[in-house]
Amino acid sequence: MPGALAAIADPAVRAAYREWLLRIADDELVIGHRHSEWTGFGPDIESDVAMSSIAQEELGHGRAWYEQIAADDGGDADRLAFGRAPDEYRHAALLEQENGGWEYSMIRLMLYEAFEIGRLRLVAASGHEPVAGLAQTLSREERYHGLFADTWLTRLAGAAPGGPERIQAALDRAWPDALGLFESTAADEVLQRAGVLQSSPSAEREAWVATVRPVLERYGLAVPSGAGAREGGRRGVHTAAFEPLLAQLTEVWKSDPEARW
Amino acid sequence: MVTSAPTTLDTAIWDVLRSVEDPELPISIVDLGLVRDVQVQDGRVAVRLIPTWVACPALAVIRARVRSALLALGGVQDATVEYTYDAPWTVDRLSERGRAQLASHGLSVPRCRFAEPPVCPYCGSRDVVQESMFGPTLCRATYLCRSCRNPFERFKPPA
Repeated sequence: MPGALAAIADPAVRAAYREWLLRIADDELVIGHRHSEWTGFGPDIESDVAMSSIAQEELGHGRAWYEQIAADDGGDADRLAFGRAPDEYRHAALLEQENGGWEYSMIRLMLYEAFEIGRLRLVAASGHEPVAGLAQTLSREERYHGLFADTWLTRLAGAAPGGPERIQAALDRAWPDALGLFESTAADEVLQRAGVLQSSPSAEREAWVATVRPVLERYGLAVPSGAGAREGGRRGVHTAAFEPLLAQLTEVWKSDPEARW
Repeated sequence: MVTSAPTTLDTAIWDVLRSVEDPELPISIVDLGLVRDVQVQDGRVAVRLIPTWVACPALAVIRARVRSALLALGGVQDATVEYTYDAPWTVDRLSERGRAQLASHGLSVPRCRFAEPPVCPYCGSRDVVQESMFGPTLCRATYLCRSCRNPFERFKPPA
């Protein structure tokens, strides 16, 4: 079955659309790997299972996006996921950072899920099937992730003394990277001009801040002011955290890329 | 959709689909509502399935089971099985028989939405607490009944 790209006549738009889908797939793959590092280390058994399930879902969503891209490339989804050089990945820095404490993982989960809901809405509105249908399907699954983060952050916010300070420090650490989710490249302009993308990264970022700010304030947190976005991820420039992550994530696949699983 | 009268092969194909069980739930994929449509042309069968959860690890197993069951059927030359996203799976795709089978397996199933008040599948009480939204599989949440003191699982459709 051909993917969404085959129906796009203009090669520049097609390349930009592929770039957009690749960002989504890479974001999901990388955050799925980071979440999976909590397996066996969660603060209680239910949270351990929950975080493992969320990891499984994000990796599965990544797979679904890679399959869409691979259908048009005529390639293989596994090779796309595991067989690229580090600078060919398009995820944002937020997703590759090490977990550190549970509070950081919950803050990151909350910030990323709010972003995901907005992005999936844009893909669903892009007018290209089957990815529009996939985006709609996935947004129903992502909601549970946001609920899980909210339950934990509410609990941590009330865990005085120490809880509020720790989640504030986690937010301060995550914020510039979270703003980097909205890094814009030439691909965004191409898609906007073509009417595929109904919004700009800067407008999306504003809408996202308006969504997360009241939630963060409800936890008693202050949104960091004056901190700029850490960008580069959407152009393949990653932080020091990425190469070790990629080496671990691809170790088994690279041991025999031709193996049939 | 093909609207002409079903042929013997069509009937045989649906019988085969009804014989394929979900690896994580003790019901047929037809009762679970996974079958979107079936097209048959000159012995070539194309089945489209709807995933309950996109990341469900059972998807590949189901696809392989459906394909090999179809290929074993006389009159089938080739079979393709694909997942489609054009209509998301919803809990109303479950058949009445599927619901009854899940209930007898001790699984509570919401009527339409996960947000409905949960009911204990053992004693029918609504005095229950959610233990976790994430149970042993992606499609199940865990609860405790305060009336009969039994832990139970509830089917969790995508929100």
